[in-house]
Amino acid sequence: MKTKFLIPLVIFVVLVGFLAIGLNRDPSEVPSPLINKAAPAFEIPQLEQSNKMFSPASMKGQVWILNVWASWCVACREEHPVLVELAKSQVAPVIGLDYKDKREDALAMLSRQGNPYLLSAFDANGRVGIDYGVYGVPETYVIDQAGIIRFKHIGPITTQVLNQKIYPLISELKKS
Amino acid sequence: MIPEFGHYALILALCIAVIQGVLPLVGAHQGRREWLMLARPAAQTVFLLLAIAFVTLAWSFYVNDFSVLYVAEHSNSQQPVMYRLGAVWGGHEGSLLLWVFLLSTWTILVAQLSKALDEFMVARVIGVLGLVTSGLLLFVIATSNPFTRLLPAAQDGRSLNPLLQDPGLVFHPPMLYMGYVGFSVAFAFAIASLLSGRLDAAWARWSRPWTTAAWIFLTLGIALGSWWAYYELGWGGWWFWDPVENASFIPWLVGTALLHSLAVTEKRGGFKSWTVLLAITAFSLSLLGTFLVRSGVLTSVHAFATDPKRGVFILIFLCLVVGSSLALYAWRAPKSTMGGKFSLSSRETLILLGNVFLVVSAGSVLLGTLYPLLIDALHLGKISVGPPYFNSVFVPIMVPLLVLMGIGPWASWKNTDLLTVLKRLWLAGLVAIIAGISIPLIMGEFTWLASIGFVLAFWVIASGCLQIVRQAKAGKPTRSFIGMQFAHLGIAVFVIGVTMVGAYQEEKDVRMLPGETVTVGGYQIQLQGVNAVPGPNYNAMRGTFLLSKDGSSQTTLYPEKRSYFTSTMPMTEAAIDVGLTRDIYVSLGEELGDQSWAVRVYYKPFVDWIWGGCLLMALGGALAISDKRYRMKLKGKTA
Amino acid sequence: MKSLFLLLATMLCLSSSFAKDATPLAADPVLEQRLISISEEMRCLVCQNESLAGSRSDLANDLRREIRTLIQEGKSDDQIRTFMVERYGDFVLYRPPVKPITWLLWIGPFVILLIGIVGLLNYLRRRNQSIPSTTLSQTDNAKIDALLNQDRRDRRND
Repeated sequence: MKTKFLIPLVIFVVLVGFLAIGLNRDPSEVPSPLINKAAPAFEIPQLEQSNKMFSPASMKGQVWILNVWASWCVACREEHPVLVELAKSQVAPVIGLDYKDKREDALAMLSRQGNPYLLSAFDANGRVGIDYGVYGVPETYVIDQAGIIRFKHIGPITTQVLNQKIYPLISELKKS
Repeated sequence: MIPEFGHYALILALCIAVIQGVLPLVGAHQGRREWLMLARPAAQTVFLLLAIAFVTLAWSFYVNDFSVLYVAEHSNSQQPVMYRLGAVWGGHEGSLLLWVFLLSTWTILVAQLSKALDEFMVARVIGVLGLVTSGLLLFVIATSNPFTRLLPAAQDGRSLNPLLQDPGLVFHPPMLYMGYVGFSVAFAFAIASLLSGRLDAAWARWSRPWTTAAWIFLTLGIALGSWWAYYELGWGGWWFWDPVENASFIPWLVGTALLHSLAVTEKRGGFKSWTVLLAITAFSLSLLGTFLVRSGVLTSVHAFATDPKRGVFILIFLCLVVGSSLALYAWRAPKSTMGGKFSLSSRETLILLGNVFLVVSAGSVLLGTLYPLLIDALHLGKISVGPPYFNSVFVPIMVPLLVLMGIGPWASWKNTDLLTVLKRLWLAGLVAIIAGISIPLIMGEFTWLASIGFVLAFWVIASGCLQIVRQAKAGKPTRSFIGMQFAHLGIAVFVIGVTMVGAYQEEKDVRMLPGETVTVGGYQIQLQGVNAVPGPNYNAMRGTFLLSKDGSSQTTLYPEKRSYFTSTMPMTEAAIDVGLTRDIYVSLGEELGDQSWAVRVYYKPFVDWIWGGCLLMALGGALAISDKRYRMKLKGKTA
Repeated sequence: MKSLFLLLATMLCLSSSFAKDATPLAADPVLEQRLISISEEMRCLVCQNESLAGSRSDLANDLRREIRTLIQEGKSDDQIRTFMVERYGDFVLYRPPVKPITWLLWIGPFVILLIGIVGLLNYLRRRNQSIPSTTLSQTDNAKIDALLNQDRRDRRND
């Protein structure tokens, strides 16, 4: 009979446990349902050479990185040097997806801060972004030789993310 | 210098609050009267010190002292005085100061108004309140000090979020916090009775008016918040099941259960441990709400600027207060006596059945609010739980409760013949069914949901009217009886408002040139023109709209689109023609080029009955408190 | 005076004949209604808890435009929801889908309610059996009557 009076306390302890774990999680970070699924197909004009098109199919056979960016995005400007480093390391080609931007502004940013991208695709109305589940630039995807998305990072890339997540993943993918 | 006075006052208050918390409790345990006697003066001192702290913060806002970081973050020299003062509780630090100041206010009210109570009980109650106050003050001083300096001082402040620059800010938080914090009194009474080992019916009687008072404030606070969102946000919604809204509604549901449970315990002496548990739970939910809103574990438009460090502190505080209370409960509650017998067919049973519905509904709102966190913590992914869930689960649980509301007051205490009761209610049932069929047809569209809403509302109203008639024949009704009628009527009025607006509101989204008219709900709204109008700290485009019905013009409405100097997002100030049976709501959108404007108009039937119902509930509670029995001086021996 | 009145009347007639009805903002109000009802149950991903229907953010505008296109293509409500979930996960739905991890959420409240009602009635029945019925003695009854009478007199005097 007496144990039933302990039930409220037990429920409370369990609740606090969950709340404590919750303190370390970010409630607004949206994990991508596209992981381990084929990268959505698209064909849109390039940023630099607007008469040429780009399609992810053309990257099949190699591991590559897709970085969603825009000249109006402050965090993109912050992560840009890290991307330039990444491109220099020649670990994997970096393709940019210029999201809802103006051509002149985008090209100006690249000439100002350097161009880490093999090329950038120009997503004028954000339609490709929607297919990739983009909800806030910058976002970065690692895509394997078969065109499957293996990793998505939301927010600016840091050297820490590069060293701890991206480089190890790429070397693993290259082995198989 | 003045902010430092406030800071010192806070620190001193903490020291005295610790004395207020520890000594009376130890004194009551060891029978030391000198320590018992410290309770009231300590509470008075803490109140005075916190009043000083509060006033110094308000003063800093009034004189635009931007060397105080909190003032610089939430105020601006061009901000109107009313909102400079409202900004005192517009951010995390100041609102916590308000919280703890109101706690000391309730404490001193208990201290002053409980002269007739047993002094050991009073000392324990004040002691418990002192411990809670100490914990909160420690939190404020350690992590959320509103008096932190900003050196060098800012030229001007960042100003209050334009959404908050509204009369709603002046009234909603204080009212809400009075309710949240007010449940601490019922909590303190419950803990005091557990500590004393005296779990008798007298405790229920003393606790009741304080609980009702807190409930009244919480009802008004929630209603104000809902009404504020309605006219401020520009899209006419009044409840979004947002985590912060739920954080205030869950304690309200449990508080309502507690109110009714106290009635059973007072009458029958039974269910003391259940009532004590409800009292502990209500206040724990207030504290949990405070945690949820300030820790960043849930996304909400209402959430304060989050800081995980603060979250950890509040969680520890929560653990200590609630954990120790529930442990004390597990230890002492089993010792309480059973109380009087009552039949399964009685008012007591019906009230307790109502308790089940209220507590389960509170639990389900809590479950829905915390479920995303639960799933995420278990690494099972990320889901959202929003209005569709809450509406689907909460409403079905409330339906049987509304039916009970019509039956309960007819049942007699201890034993009643339910069949006879139901037979007496045949007229109420008939009225309800007629209402459920006729009103939707009058409004032009029959839906089952609307019909059920009207059936339930009129069932409660008709049952109440029959009760009043019956009581009038028996003699002068007590204030307590009238209070109950008003409160239950308030719920019915609320249901009518919700049903009407939900089923029969009309909305039109149009592009308008001056001279054009849009028709909604049988009313014509004509745009006369849009002009630029300057404000104290904003520039506005103001539309002039003529409202008429059947050719006769009724009034002019002036919705605005404001650009505040300190914000990039334009703000919509809707114009509302308020009426007893409908609101006409006009919201100015963007300018579309070619001189035309996007305009949104709403016809909202009976929407003000939603908040009118809440007012009636609060009135009912006030009448119940003013009942003679709480003011009756006992002749001869004390209870 | 008469001519002034005539002039006024004419002006009023003219002005009312110029009073045009405003055109709806949306090209197709019926489609717009369906868009609103679908997007009301979806989350705006860049907002602090607002629906896709109500938000004015860029992404929300884009996604509403997308859903409008899907409706025009003849897609059903379910297909549209699937479209959104494929890209943004279950997080975008305000009505949590019913799957094993949400069974507790959807069924839980009703199960607890049932347990609560049945449990309460059972408890009350057992409680009634365990509390002994007491019958009071003559002297006790007399004491009670005296106290009640005194109380009634006190209330009348208050």
